[in-house]
Amino acid sequence: GPPSPAHRPRVCSRVRSRNSALSLLDPWPYLPSFPPSRRGRYWRCCSRGAPGSVMGSRASTLLRDEELEEIKKETGCEFGQITRLYSRFTSLDKGENGTLSREDFQRIPELAINPLGDRIINAFFPEGEDQVNFRGFMRTLAHFRPIEDNEKSKDVNGPEPLNSRSNKLHFAFRLYDLDKDDKISRDELLQVLRMMVGVNISDEQLGSIADRTIQEADQDGDSAISFTEFVKVLEKVDVEQKMSIRFLH
Amino acid sequence: MLRAALPLLGLPLVGAGEAEEPTSESESESGSPGEPPPGLALFRWQWHEVEAPYLVALWILVASLAKIVFHLSRKVTSLVPESCLLILLGLVLGGIVLAVAKKAEYQLEPGTFFLFLLPPIVLDSGYFMPSRLFFDNLGAILTYAVVGTLWNAFTTGAALWGLQQAGFVGPRVQAGLLDFLLFGSLISAVDPVAVLAVFEEVHVNETLFIIVFGESLLNDAVTVVLYKVCNSFVEMGSAKVQATDYLKGVASLFVVSLGGAAVGLVFAFLLALTTRFTKRVRIIEPLLVFLLAYAAYLTAEMASLSAILAVTMCGLGCKKYVEANISHKSRTAVKYTMKTLASCAETVIFMLLGISAVDSSKWAWDSGLVLGTLFFILFFRALGVVLQTWVLNQFRLVPLDKIDQVVMSYGGLRGAVAFALVILLDRTKVPAKDYFVATTIVVVFFTVIVQGLTIKPLVKWLKVKRSEHHKPTLNQELHEHTFDHILAAVEDVVGHHGYHYWRDRWEQFDKKYLSQLLMRRSAYRIRDQIWDVYYRLNIRDAISFVDQGGHVLSSTGLTLPSMPSRNSVAETSVTNLLRESGSGACLDLQVIDTVRSGRDREDAVMHHLLCGGLYKPRRRYKAGCSRHFISEEAQERQDKEVFQQNMKRRLESFKSTKHNICFTKSKPRPRKAGRKKACAFPGTPAWGWRLTAPSQSPLPGRLPPFNSCPCPAAVILTVESEEEEESDSSETEKEDDEGIIFVARATSEVLQEGKVSGSLEVCPSPRIIPPSPTCAEKELPWKSGQGELAVYVSSETTKIVPVDMQTGWNQSISSLESLASPPCTQAPTLTRLSPRPLAAEESQAPLNLPSDPRSSFAFPPSLAKAGRSRSESSADLPRQQELQPLMGQEDHTHLSPGTANSHWCIQFNRSSRL
Repeated sequence: GPPSPAHRPRVCSRVRSRNSALSLLDPWPYLPSFPPSRRGRYWRCCSRGAPGSVMGSRASTLLRDEELEEIKKETGCEFGQITRLYSRFTSLDKGENGTLSREDFQRIPELAINPLGDRIINAFFPEGEDQVNFRGFMRTLAHFRPIEDNEKSKDVNGPEPLNSRSNKLHFAFRLYDLDKDDKISRDELLQVLRMMVGVNISDEQLGSIADRTIQEADQDGDSAISFTEFVKVLEKVDVEQKMSIRFLH
Repeated sequence: MLRAALPLLGLPLVGAGEAEEPTSESESESGSPGEPPPGLALFRWQWHEVEAPYLVALWILVASLAKIVFHLSRKVTSLVPESCLLILLGLVLGGIVLAVAKKAEYQLEPGTFFLFLLPPIVLDSGYFMPSRLFFDNLGAILTYAVVGTLWNAFTTGAALWGLQQAGFVGPRVQAGLLDFLLFGSLISAVDPVAVLAVFEEVHVNETLFIIVFGESLLNDAVTVVLYKVCNSFVEMGSAKVQATDYLKGVASLFVVSLGGAAVGLVFAFLLALTTRFTKRVRIIEPLLVFLLAYAAYLTAEMASLSAILAVTMCGLGCKKYVEANISHKSRTAVKYTMKTLASCAETVIFMLLGISAVDSSKWAWDSGLVLGTLFFILFFRALGVVLQTWVLNQFRLVPLDKIDQVVMSYGGLRGAVAFALVILLDRTKVPAKDYFVATTIVVVFFTVIVQGLTIKPLVKWLKVKRSEHHKPTLNQELHEHTFDHILAAVEDVVGHHGYHYWRDRWEQFDKKYLSQLLMRRSAYRIRDQIWDVYYRLNIRDAISFVDQGGHVLSSTGLTLPSMPSRNSVAETSVTNLLRESGSGACLDLQVIDTVRSGRDREDAVMHHLLCGGLYKPRRRYKAGCSRHFISEEAQERQDKEVFQQNMKRRLESFKSTKHNICFTKSKPRPRKAGRKKACAFPGTPAWGWRLTAPSQSPLPGRLPPFNSCPCPAAVILTVESEEEEESDSSETEKEDDEGIIFVARATSEVLQEGKVSGSLEVCPSPRIIPPSPTCAEKELPWKSGQGELAVYVSSETTKIVPVDMQTGWNQSISSLESLASPPCTQAPTLTRLSPRPLAAEESQAPLNLPSDPRSSFAFPPSLAKAGRSRSESSADLPRQQELQPLMGQEDHTHLSPGTANSHWCIQFNRSSRL
């Protein structure tokens, strides 16, 4: 299948004419719990190419201007928002190495009682890696940014923004599609159903639910839901709204 | 001629004609007391005794007949809103009455309007308000209702005064600034009746509708206050008004609105509480709803609080609990009666409005005033909407765009409330009353007729997003659940708490106190809108299926519009067809309680498997449609359940990835059978019985977690029969159908050991959530018997946590404990479960019988077998077989006589397995 949008290298067409002096980021005011002794250290988001390389290296990192600018271009978030999320990122980062591990996510108490919690945590991690840097973190979160009016018309020929309808849907689709064959098979659907459904439903019943769900969506008769079919069954659902958080505006 | 031609309209004439020719029926003069009765009367004409109710009934009849006539032509009603037609009919009728009786009669009296006609409409709208949508948009609604109404009233009043000062209003209109403000306050409020009548036919999107409609309901408080304050100022005379009076006016805004809402909530509480105890007198349930809601209205009116607000809040507040408490038939009765009353009242209001306008003795025309008012209400409405929307859009997830604003401005219809208020003015205090009446009539007619007629084309022309009524599908239901979970998780990751946080808090409170207090213990069955739609859809499908039942019988392709054909048609087509067309003869479009076919039952079952079994997301974001509130107890249990599942999964992936533990199928774990009645069932070993512990890895590739436990925890199987539970269930209420509950739990020794060694953590098993039964299930044939036994199986999950995962595990546990109640307290108590719903039966009883047509109708046997053999690890097989007889018998009790071949299937499958 095509590479998922989060991994696709992208060229940003939007050029922000913003004074770069304004973008000098000072995360400290947002990090109240940060020990003063560390303030001298530079924090850097490790570069995208080698997220694994900083594992355990404890490299001092800096959220540099250009990085910030790139994140802003890529995700469309405001600077203030990125700053806030960066402080959240560092507070989640117990290892203090500029990346988040699965354990860091699993420490969030509410996620432990989310039936799809682990799947969603997994969605933050690029294929085959178990660390995510701030940039990847932001890239995932950017899926849930509301679509603004001016974005609807703009960038028709540019790269598709992360928060487009199809990217939002693709994010959900990937939660089902474990083996990344761009199809939700019956087994994959059953697994998700089993996570989302209480214990008092038998496997047979779940199976018939899964069968019916697939039959409902299946158009080409391959007993699996492809992404096109997934989009099709949800075409009447206001995905833009149901997959957006105002906070990420 | 006229009398003969219009027997209905001629009723005043009947009375009049009576007086003219009393002797034609010689026995008719019973009313006169002086004359002794001339013997036994064969025939008595007693018009005067029945006059008032007779007229009321006749007017309603006329209105209803008119409605029928209007709807004879679809073309007319699709173009012209019903309210317009009714007003026009009223004008015609009024003209006829005026022409015949030479005086205006049967007008819209403010007393009648406020006491009898308005409450049903408001109750209907409050009770059936989509509460989720309403509260999601509460900020916008309140802004428009309070700020918008104040803005409209003051600007319109002041502008009219300016117009008068500038000399555009005739000198006969004797009114000062206060009079104009009074007029502005009564003319500014958007009218719920008019808005409802027009917008219901336009079908704009839900958000837009709820904002306009919610505003029209909630602005009543502001209107009432403004009207009363201005009225009293006018009566006092502007010279005597002091500064404190202004302050009192502001304070009364809060008193009236909050007081009205409080009255409504108190009555909602009483109503919910009362319906909790109506189990044996179901027949009065609908009556109670109407009585208490009406009492709320009258109480608020008595205390001169906002009655509309009171009855809205009463409807809104009580619905969840009342719907849960009352029976299905009562629910239908409430719904139909409420809709009937509201529709009736609305019809009469518009008709009387038309009739009242004919009475020229009441009004006086001034073109400047009329045109000025029309212009100002439109202009300031639009301006106010734009300004407020600009502010609101800074805070909204989905901003209201320009088209929305146009519709909102244009949808500000005025109606009968304004008319009734202007009629109530005192002519001695407000000399310009007649001019105001005329202006109000024109404004009302203009907004209802002109705007009502044009709003539909406007909406079409502007391409306003319309509300779509599409069939909900299983896919949508599932995926929207997924979306909700995703959003909840992302919000947790981001660490943001806003509106949803407070929603959570409220639901916690609701769960802990309100629902406990107000809901019947058995009433955790919840109905939601999705289910309603789904249900209606199924009925339609069933009907359409039966309509073409003749030819379908011969063909193999059993497809219904909303349902795909199933894989298993080949195997079960005969039974399917029998069941599906079996109830065809009973299908009657007119009956309220539609008879369900077997297929619908299956759909109900399927739906409830999902509805009751799907984990509810903790937070939801956008209310596409309001779903049911989450039963909080279930929520807590579910949290634990999910927590356990997640932890288990993590643990397994951890083990498999980091330690490369080679899992082998271990032997059945030692099991101490039998406290109480555990020894009661091994006596019938002919049938295999599979104890499906949900935690035992139903997924392919996932291995049972405690297979790898070095120190297996002992499990005690506890069986409690009904009688025993009765004796020790002092804390729980006895319900209709209870059953045996199996609870397997770890012994305390193991628990202690785990704590001592620190390497073993025992997590309590979640209680099994009984899915909510619905009306459909209650009526199913095999549900009617009371003697069925419920079997609940639960099992303790015992986990071993490796040392290097200890910290993470403990952190998670402790963080969870701070969230939820201490996990260990709940598990050991044998809790009584609410009446066993069908889904529980479906999930538990026929667990091992894949060919039971009710549960696995769409399930190819090969797949079923594969799934079974997968999940049925050899570890548990002996025990399962030991336990099976009970389940087998259990299932027998449920088999309806019509499904005889399911026995065959059962046996077939069993033999193939053994």
